[in-house]
Amino acid sequence: MAEGGIDIRPVDQFIVKPLFGGDVVNWYTPTNVTLWMALTVLAATALMVYGARGRAVIPSRAQSMAELSYSFIYKMVEDVAGRDAIRFFPYIMTIFLFVLFANLLGLIPFAFTTTSHIAVTAVLALTVFISVTALGFVLHGAKFLKLFWVDSAPLPLRPILAVIELLSYFVRPVSHSIRLAGALMAGHAVAKVFAGFAAALGAAFFIPVLAVTALYALELLVAVIQAYVFTILSCIYLKDALHPAH
Amino acid sequence: MEEPDVTAPGMPQLDFSTYPNQIFWLVVSIVVLYLILSRTALPRIAAVLADRRGTITNDIAAAEDAKAKAAEAEEAHKQALADARAETNRIIEAARQEIQAELDAQMAEAEAEIAARAAESEARIRAIRDSARDMVAEVARDTTREVLHLFDVKADARSVTAAVNARLKAEGGAQ
Repeated sequence: MAEGGIDIRPVDQFIVKPLFGGDVVNWYTPTNVTLWMALTVLAATALMVYGARGRAVIPSRAQSMAELSYSFIYKMVEDVAGRDAIRFFPYIMTIFLFVLFANLLGLIPFAFTTTSHIAVTAVLALTVFISVTALGFVLHGAKFLKLFWVDSAPLPLRPILAVIELLSYFVRPVSHSIRLAGALMAGHAVAKVFAGFAAALGAAFFIPVLAVTALYALELLVAVIQAYVFTILSCIYLKDALHPAH
Repeated sequence: MEEPDVTAPGMPQLDFSTYPNQIFWLVVSIVVLYLILSRTALPRIAAVLADRRGTITNDIAAAEDAKAKAAEAEEAHKQALADARAETNRIIEAARQEIQAELDAQMAEAEAEIAARAAESEARIRAIRDSARDMVAEVARDTTREVLHLFDVKADARSVTAAVNARLKAEGGAQ
């Protein structure tokens, strides 16, 4: 990193910094996390409230997008988790819009990507995990444990399968959160590395610039797909809580 | 920009000192976004979507109604057309018959007149012929008398007349 003139710091973009100076990051300090999460909420509100303000039968473009997002997630909840999961639709919609806009806003140059932090995605994933598990026990009591007892398997195999099922159940929040944070962090770090090359290569700058352009398009796709994946996994976990039988 | 490496040599993601801050602001953001969505945005969009579904259903029903009405109107139109055609035929037939009757009447009248004229002419011709025959008889009598007088033959007028009449009758019968 230190050799030559090349000084690329691909992970500096992830540093949490207080907004108004100082070095101490207390739990209440307004930081760049605060700023970009506020912008995420604002952007989601702009689409879903301001965009749909016309309440028109023939929608405007913004209203059309808001309705499309609504119908998309509504259908996802209905198809994946079942009709009785519709009451949790606002939670799922909140998760989807938050992750989607955090991912998309993070693609703005010099932006801070809140969803690239494992702390954020882990809290999101653990919230889903804990509430879904609690819901499963509240709705089904001890029968919820049948989720881990595969009735269709031969009896001797069932304890082994139960252990595997239990392990995979507890790995869920880990994979759920690391998938999102990892995908975004990796993409942003790679983009930064290529951008650093562009500054260092001089006349051949266009090669990394083209690479960054292509990567940016890919990152746009990743941002949307990761939001989609995070949401649909939440729906699948919700389905397990509502219908634990295999 | 040189000093951050001192506190965070690795990934900033693993700098646990920032976790409380991130988690606090995440919870605040999520709660705010959830309240906005569940209180305002989602009910509004749900209402709009339901509204649109209702509008579409109504419009389809109205369109079907209009279609049925159009078919009905077409049926009525066809019926009116058929009625009009039948009425036209009836009127044409009546007019034809009326004209025919009038024609027949006039024809009969004309024939009667022609017959009357013909009869009158015949009568006149007969009268002329009769008068001509009388004149011929008279001329014959006078001529006969004159001829007899020239030959100094005494003949009474009665026998002359009888002779002439007999001759004329013979002639007339020969005709």
